[in-house]
Amino acid sequence: MAVREFAERGADLELVGIQKRFPGFTAIQDLDLKIPAGSFFALLGPSGCGKTTTLRLVAGLEEPTQGRILIGGKDVTATRSHERPVNTVFQSYALFPHMSIIENVAFGLKRRRIGDPLVKAHEALKLVELDHLAQRRPQQLSGGQQQRVALARAIVNRPALLLLDEPLGALDLKLRRQMQLELKTIQEEVGLTFLHVTHDQEEAMTMADTVAVMNKGAIEQMGAPEELYDLPKTAFVANFLGQSNLFAGEVAGATDTAITVDVGTARLIVPKARAHRHNGAVTVGVRPEKVSLHTERPVDSAERNVVGPGRVLDVSFSGVSTQYMVDVPGHGTILVFAQNTGSGPSVGVGDEVYTSWLVEHGFGLDDGAVEAQRFAPDDSTTSIAAQRRDDLVAELEEG
Amino acid sequence: MAFAAFATAEAQPQAPRKTSRIALLLLLPGILYLVLFFLTPLISLLLTSLQAPLEFGDIGQYQYAFNWQNYVDVMTAYWPHILRSFGYALAATVFALAFSYPLAYFIGVKARRWPLLQSLMLVLVIAPFFISFLLRTLAWKQILSDESFVITSLKALSLLGPDAHFTGTPFAVIFGLTYNFIPFMTLPLYTALERLDLRYLEAGSDLYAHPFTVFRKITIPLSMPGIVAGTLLTFIPAAGDYVNASRDFLGGPDTQMMGNVIEANFLVLLNYPAAAALSIILMAAILVLVGIYVKRSGTEDLL
Repeated sequence: MAVREFAERGADLELVGIQKRFPGFTAIQDLDLKIPAGSFFALLGPSGCGKTTTLRLVAGLEEPTQGRILIGGKDVTATRSHERPVNTVFQSYALFPHMSIIENVAFGLKRRRIGDPLVKAHEALKLVELDHLAQRRPQQLSGGQQQRVALARAIVNRPALLLLDEPLGALDLKLRRQMQLELKTIQEEVGLTFLHVTHDQEEAMTMADTVAVMNKGAIEQMGAPEELYDLPKTAFVANFLGQSNLFAGEVAGATDTAITVDVGTARLIVPKARAHRHNGAVTVGVRPEKVSLHTERPVDSAERNVVGPGRVLDVSFSGVSTQYMVDVPGHGTILVFAQNTGSGPSVGVGDEVYTSWLVEHGFGLDDGAVEAQRFAPDDSTTSIAAQRRDDLVAELEEG
Repeated sequence: MAFAAFATAEAQPQAPRKTSRIALLLLLPGILYLVLFFLTPLISLLLTSLQAPLEFGDIGQYQYAFNWQNYVDVMTAYWPHILRSFGYALAATVFALAFSYPLAYFIGVKARRWPLLQSLMLVLVIAPFFISFLLRTLAWKQILSDESFVITSLKALSLLGPDAHFTGTPFAVIFGLTYNFIPFMTLPLYTALERLDLRYLEAGSDLYAHPFTVFRKITIPLSMPGIVAGTLLTFIPAAGDYVNASRDFLGGPDTQMMGNVIEANFLVLLNYPAAAALSIILMAAILVLVGIYVKRSGTEDLL
């Protein structure tokens, strides 16, 4: 039977051994996931990684080939979509074109026979600042407005679990921030559990308490955003969540606290606590913003890893920071983000430079030696995302 | 008009503001054609319907007059046929819709994953058009005649009484009408359902709607243009049909529809004014009924 009341609070979601095969391919292989009640959980991954399928499984729009789904401790695997205490904000919005906005928002309330559906629907529309368009048809609204209506249509039902399928994709930056804030507020107010699916790493990191990075139907790493960013476990995470400079090599020596990795032209030291593997072929890395540039070779010390010399291939200025691409023979390209604080050397294209970073900033992957590119060469999207993140950081600092 | 349902429902392109002379010139043949072959016969029909018998004239000789009494006469004489026509047409439309909707839903929605099956089934829906509908209706007469295998078997099994007939009954006429107009119902329904975005159905189900409610609140309203187009394409010709109800086909003396009466008046009784008046009544009644229907179903864009 459909749920007749609003959920008192969010429910926890548990996926046990979920597997989903479609004819010809496996979308999800053996997924175990536990999302505690009241948390904001983001599933992050590139398109085709199985994140939307996971969402559809939870919503009841697909059936798992194997495994169980529990919401609030109750097994809902065999329960049909309309009987689950779950609402979805669809990527396509899926607003009913033959109904007005207010009818769309009140649809779920009416189905559950909840009192005063129209009053509640108007309240939800006020929340997304669209109450003045209540009588319009969805086709008469802009993409961003439609998205807000889709959001209102879902949250008006106060579901125990709210599923968001790339819900903020079509919004411009300002509105997006506003909606992110709105979502967070709603989530904290009602204590709903949010499961947010996105390919936008910046959105996942700013909004979610916990982020799970998904790739090829499996979760690569899960944790708090800072944790994932600071200590990625795999090359995929290191490059999907921000960018990384990665170096493959052999462990050449170890002390009690650190390992030394021979990457060809340099020996890099990584603290043991920050490395997932301590022997054999490993991959180590560092985030571009942790790397500094020097015009002269820095003094070798146990606290700094130095790579160089190399030549600056490209300099791109993006307001708060400048990106340098440094070509180091034997390593390939190293990416450096330098904050434009006025200090630091000023270098141009073709200059000879050294790169260095503090040992405590490096990390060791669980992958072994990967022939991974040192950073995602797809500059067009990743650098835009990075720049946007920097912009937002600056914006927050100002405010 | 109803054919607009076959076009996509996307926003209509804006009409150009300037009407050029070339456009008028290009329209001219069409306008002339309509005037010559549609407007002139219509006026002629209207005038004929008001004619009075020629004084001292022979049977079938009439003169122009303003004899509106013709309308009263045919209404009094043939009101059962008029009612029967619309009753049969309505029944045939309802049956055709009940038969075609699941069929169109299967072809347009369920068979989407198998385009070959989809095309094959569409061909099968259209296949009857390869043979004249007169021949097909005659074939049904053979199949359902009193001496046929079907009827004798049913009688042998005591499912039909020993004196029961099938041909010549209202049921046979409605059966024939339904059969003949099913493709006209199925095709517009198919075009509407083929475009149905299944994500709306998922959203409905996500918003606590039972599958039956999803069908009633989402599928039906979204396929309304197809339903309206299909029912119009069935009801209008069915109401004026004179083949199925004819004694030579599936009908009998008690199943005569307006079409049969018009035919008899025109070709047998040579009562041209009565035939014309009945035709005008048929046209007007259909126009009014269709107008009300389209208004009620909220699909004015189709007209």
